[in-house]
Amino acid sequence: MFKYLISLTVALLGAVPITVSAETSILNVSYDVSREYYKDLNAAFITYWKEKTGETITVNQSHGGSTKQARSVVDGLQADVITMNRSPDIDILHEKAKLIPKDWQGRLPNNSVPTASTPVFLVRKGNPKQIKDWDDLVKPNVSVVIPNPKTSGNGKYSYLAAWGYVVRKGGDEAKAKDFVTKLFKNVPVLDTGGRGATTTFVQRDIGDVLITFESEVFLIQKELGSDKFEIVYPSVSILAENPVALVDKVVDKRKSRALAQAYLEFHFSEKGQQIAAQHYLRPQVSATQDQFVRVFKPLELFRVESIFGSWSKAEKTHFSDGGVFDQIYTR
Amino acid sequence: MKRKASVLPGFKLSLGFAILYLSLVVLIPLSAAFLKTFTLTWAEFWQSVSAPRVVASYKLTFGASLIAAIINVVFGLLTAWVLTRYRFFGKKIIDAFVDFPFALPTAVAGISLSAIYSTNGWIGSLFEPVGIKVAYTPLGVVVALTFIGLPFVVRTVQPVLEDLSAEVEEAAASLGANRWQVFYKIIFPAIWPALITGFALAFARAIGEYGSVIFIAGNMPMVSEITPLIIITKLEQYDYAGATAVAVVMLVISFALLFLINALQWWSNRRLGHTAS
Repeated sequence: MFKYLISLTVALLGAVPITVSAETSILNVSYDVSREYYKDLNAAFITYWKEKTGETITVNQSHGGSTKQARSVVDGLQADVITMNRSPDIDILHEKAKLIPKDWQGRLPNNSVPTASTPVFLVRKGNPKQIKDWDDLVKPNVSVVIPNPKTSGNGKYSYLAAWGYVVRKGGDEAKAKDFVTKLFKNVPVLDTGGRGATTTFVQRDIGDVLITFESEVFLIQKELGSDKFEIVYPSVSILAENPVALVDKVVDKRKSRALAQAYLEFHFSEKGQQIAAQHYLRPQVSATQDQFVRVFKPLELFRVESIFGSWSKAEKTHFSDGGVFDQIYTR
Repeated sequence: MKRKASVLPGFKLSLGFAILYLSLVVLIPLSAAFLKTFTLTWAEFWQSVSAPRVVASYKLTFGASLIAAIINVVFGLLTAWVLTRYRFFGKKIIDAFVDFPFALPTAVAGISLSAIYSTNGWIGSLFEPVGIKVAYTPLGVVVALTFIGLPFVVRTVQPVLEDLSAEVEEAAASLGANRWQVFYKIIFPAIWPALITGFALAFARAIGEYGSVIFIAGNMPMVSEITPLIIITKLEQYDYAGATAVAVVMLVISFALLFLINALQWWSNRRLGHTAS
């Protein structure tokens, strides 16, 4: 009996690697709220690939908080491609494990950014507090729900958008700091992620304004009907880019480079861009953008780099321990 | 050294297995956490673990865990008492309810609790008129920690209460003890060690709890941010060493507290005698 068990175990352990065939499947490690988008995109890509090469492939997905996902890849999760909502979560693959080259963003069109979103405001029906722009958020008696910038990319973008708004209006650093301090004094709950903030605002009736990605706002309206909430576009916001990358070390080992590359390029194809737009992500390839002007309100958007120099500088100044964000609460 | 022969064979084998098992499951992962903190200099370590936000989170985590464990000792004992001493319709079902906090995914618990205790929830709306906010305040943290810690006290005290024969109490009563004296002199010494164990388990579980608390805490720095969230926050910044440094501080404090509780139990056992065997 015992021997039988051992041989069975050995057989099972031995069998596992054989069932995984190297080139016909890829793993896409992605952030949390991209599930629905990738479900559609993957189905379209599988059809496209079948027509083009005759091969039947599978695209496996892994979703979770973006930083946690990036850490898994650094620690050895065999991801062929990584699709994130902030470039630092891909940079880390180079910094911590040299899985990709430093200049990974130059390898695909538009700095490897096929889609983007932007933080906008969601207010309750009728806009009772008359929220029109960023300035209205720092008034007393206005309660604003933003996810925690320390734990959420969504929250980081909202924070940086508020800062950038002041700077672009001609304010200096002291003014911007004062503005974000006032803004976060109006925040009653700091959820750890974007979805949590949505729940707090929508289900718990907390806050007059929710600041979250446009894609999330459209989704809330679709799920709950447009009769409960109204979207307010501020005069200016930040461009929240969703970059994608091939994980070189993994695709070379699994011999899946061609497939992974084609998959990423598919993001930039017309079909890929249309699917993104259906999920309320702003297409970044200009040819497709024009088709969706009706859906996405043209808005003055600035990039992280244009105000803060680079993501790493922004992180260091604002979100590191003891940084500007911490000072809001400890001063 | 002469080893006392045991009636059961296989001492060396089982001890070896126990140590191997403990090492693989507990000691090696924990020592990895300690080793990671050694990559920090002393000054960096101190800065990581003594920042005002971190210190505020220690106070909340240990304070709320202590309050929750005390609440659980009182009401857990009461629940265990009702479940062992009385017969009533639906007792089996109520008994099964006690285990719910064990089985429920903590995130589900957190979301349910925040739904009920928020100002538009069933219970939260009752507190709102009197000006008490539960969800998204430190009080919410206590509620969540009380919820997850309840089964520990009930399940440790219950078997001891069941074993306690009614004859002893009857004998005490027939010798002239009043009800309070029966409880204080007969029942309490017997269940005291189990109660302390239940308290320690509930307390330790509460300190490490993350999933249920983050949904109800509000997570405001300096006010309602628990230490496990501080650790997650540091990991989000890829600050592995900083995260393990805070974890090490938590471990050391927890270990000291649990050691203290064990010592208290040992001391009281000696003093009160081994009534609960």
